[in-house]
Amino acid sequence: MSDIPGFRPAAPGSQPDNDTPSYGSTRLRHPTRPLIAFPHTITEATGPTFSPRHFPALADLTLVDGQAAQGERIIVRGRITDEDDRPVPHTMVEIWQANAAGRYNHPGDQHDAPLDPHFKGDGRVFTDADGWYQFTTIKPGAYPWRNHKNAWRPNHIHFSYFGPGFATRLITQMYFPGDPLLAIDPIFHSVPDAAARNRLISSFDLDVTQPEWALGYRFDVVLRGRAATPMGV
Amino acid sequence: MSIATAAQTIGPFWHLIEDKSLADLTRFGAQGKALTLTGRITDGEGNPVADACVELWQASPAADARFPGWGRSGTDATGTFRFTTLKPGPVPGRGNTQQAPHVAINILARGIITRLYTRAYFQGEALNEADPLLNLIEDPARRATLMARPDGPATWRLDIRLQGDGETVFIEV
Ligand SMILES: [Fe+2]
Repeated sequence: MSDIPGFRPAAPGSQPDNDTPSYGSTRLRHPTRPLIAFPHTITEATGPTFSPRHFPALADLTLVDGQAAQGERIIVRGRITDEDDRPVPHTMVEIWQANAAGRYNHPGDQHDAPLDPHFKGDGRVFTDADGWYQFTTIKPGAYPWRNHKNAWRPNHIHFSYFGPGFATRLITQMYFPGDPLLAIDPIFHSVPDAAARNRLISSFDLDVTQPEWALGYRFDVVLRGRAATPMGV
Repeated sequence: MSIATAAQTIGPFWHLIEDKSLADLTRFGAQGKALTLTGRITDGEGNPVADACVELWQASPAADARFPGWGRSGTDATGTFRFTTLKPGPVPGRGNTQQAPHVAINILARGIITRLYTRAYFQGEALNEADPLLNLIEDPARRATLMARPDGPATWRLDIRLQGDGETVFIEV
């Protein structure tokens, strides 16, 4: 069997360090021993595929039982490409988020803000043949999180991406432009490189915005590219 | 050329996308030797990690319409995850090497900003001795952190320690 190429290592500074003391929950949850370096094999270079038959799309989060969710309706649209700028087609994208008041529909969320019976906060779509995806949702509210005194998370939407290999798996968060809380958010700042960090901020996009309906935000994502040389060489 | 997007923590509320059936990789009628892979995840003070999302992937047996090869299990209040899957066989390594049967594991949780990657091997497999990854780990006690052990009928246990004594070997991915 010929070797399947692995994926390129992360560019320096582009990924967060799990040992980030300003984010308190990392204290007891980050490994202290060095990671084992091991070139990708079939296990890391291949990954799951998902059929919309088993994972039906849920692209509009703003309606539950035909009733409209409270808050500012928004459209989030973007393109998923790899580090060689090639589209990542037909890959599953999952999102979850707080409601407009900054409250998750989750028993663990004790923030004293109202739940919305018409907003669940989870969505799922697949990219098209050219890597594009789109959701309609509600702009999530900021919420407090007790990491430090008067700590508030910036408005954000959680995103999950798969791509072609287990090594391309990516969980991240999309932020909103102009949010004053970004400057003091330890999770956002866990990404060392400023340019890499700022690519987590979506941009307002008038072309995505629909007249008389919803503001549009653009959030493009890059998944790791295949290494140039086959693993076995 | 572009640079891959940065990871951010999955956070404590990822259960909004949880579907407990995803922990059973045999749910589409997969044929083969089924097993349960379970274990407890604990932190640097030995406390259970009760809000983790554990994802499993195996290249063997090859995924098809009846076997997705991928699963997701949350951890419960005791930090325990549990998958039902098929016993993997050996898979090729780099060059002409062979890898012992194993599954790949991602651990995502509040306090883990970028996923932790490791593997579960199966104690007693003859190929473990020659496995290229296991052989990179010189300390037998460290190597043992990747070795699932029999724990009842068709059940294998691999406890995962994120930090401290008995810390699991995590792999750069
Ligand atoms: Fe959040």
